[in-house]
Amino acid sequence: MRWDFASVFDNTDALLVGAAGTLRIFAICLVLGLSLGLLVGLGRYSRNRWIHIPATVFVEFFRNTPVLVQILWFYFALPILLPFQISPLVAASLGISLNSAAFSAEIYRGGIQSIETGQWDGARALGMRWGQAMRRIILPQALKRMLPALTNRAIEIFKMSTLASAVAYVELLQQGKLIASLNYNPIEAYTAVAVIFFVFLWPLVQFSYFLERRLRRDE
Amino acid sequence: MTILKVTGLTKRFGATDVLRGIDLEVARGERIAILGASGSGKSTLLRCLNFMERPGGGTIALDGEILGREGRTAERIYRESELIQVRQRVGMVFQQFNLFPHMTAIGNVMEGLRTVRGMPKPEAEARAAKELARVGLAEKADTYPAHLSGGQKQRVAIARALAMDPEMLLFDEPTSALDPELVGEVLAVILALAEEGRTMLLVTHELGFAYHVATRIIFLADGAIHEQGTPDEVLKNPKKERTRAFLASHKQFSF
Repeated sequence: MRWDFASVFDNTDALLVGAAGTLRIFAICLVLGLSLGLLVGLGRYSRNRWIHIPATVFVEFFRNTPVLVQILWFYFALPILLPFQISPLVAASLGISLNSAAFSAEIYRGGIQSIETGQWDGARALGMRWGQAMRRIILPQALKRMLPALTNRAIEIFKMSTLASAVAYVELLQQGKLIASLNYNPIEAYTAVAVIFFVFLWPLVQFSYFLERRLRRDE
Repeated sequence: MTILKVTGLTKRFGATDVLRGIDLEVARGERIAILGASGSGKSTLLRCLNFMERPGGGTIALDGEILGREGRTAERIYRESELIQVRQRVGMVFQQFNLFPHMTAIGNVMEGLRTVRGMPKPEAEARAAKELARVGLAEKADTYPAHLSGGQKQRVAIARALAMDPEMLLFDEPTSALDPELVGEVLAVILALAEEGRTMLLVTHELGFAYHVATRIIFLADGAIHEQGTPDEVLKNPKKERTRAFLASHKQFSF
């Protein structure tokens, strides 16, 4: 067979639009997923059962259902229960963000629990409130330990963004499908999509290594 | 003048009675060394005094004011805001130092002033520098705990407690985690604080140090005060058999 990338390059503008769509949903889901995950993770850690139980239910529900199903459900089923339409972006963002929140909540909880009780003692002995101790003493140390796991989460979110194509959200894979169907060149089109993903993700991983080294300077 | 009054303090962990009714009055300027075998409840007693552990029963009064309010059980109900006030007035130094590893020495000492007191940074920095100088570590201000020796870490921890201007200091086996050659520098700092007339309670295994620094010795056994008195009374002429046995086991290899 012959590779024909010219037909892909002819559609560079479509791929650029797709890349912009991928980056947009990635940014939304990264911020929403990781910050909501922190709240849920703290909730899982709480001794108050009115906080603890809903947080646990949330984690178990979203960890044990496929993201693709969640996205389809938000897109097709939720509008029946709610009085308004939901765009592909919102449906996909909800699915990916909530799923990431559930997974990252477990990372946060594990990270926080890994900090020695002596650190809580030291903070409380100075007269810190729970929130102060968490913000100033526990979380900064826990974040350092969680960084590799959180970076994995970010990479996972980036790759999960392709699931948004299931509801026809315009992102890289969706545009790749479009190019493949226009020119009957799926091999080249999907190869190009894979390469673009690698080009985005590889620097992200390198950046996380850099961050880890920087955070280790107090050792 | 009494600063702290403990009445009938009890504490249990699960099925174990760790403290069985401690009565203790601490006058301002007193230095009390608490001795006892491991499991006698001495650390728990200390940790109850600044509410790192909630007392099971009995009362604790600071400056004549009984803390908490009565609940349905023997255990009193304490408001978090009340305990936060108490912890600022009663400083604590831990066996394992519990320095914050992500902050420099001066960062550790400033932390309470900044976060708890809301003191502006320049002011907190100046105060922290003063406390570090007091424990002889002015030149280590920008060093992270990982690069300090055990003795230096403990001195930073003492400076951190002092920065909050506590009315009373609790030392929970401050030298037990140190290599023998580093014990002296920490004891010298504590001795200097004693000479300033600070009120302190000290759980320790250093009998010689307790003899020199304390104004009163309390010997704890099975969660109760077994014997107490001046260092001469308790350490040189113990009246009770268990105190004698404890002291003998500690002096077994002295020369």
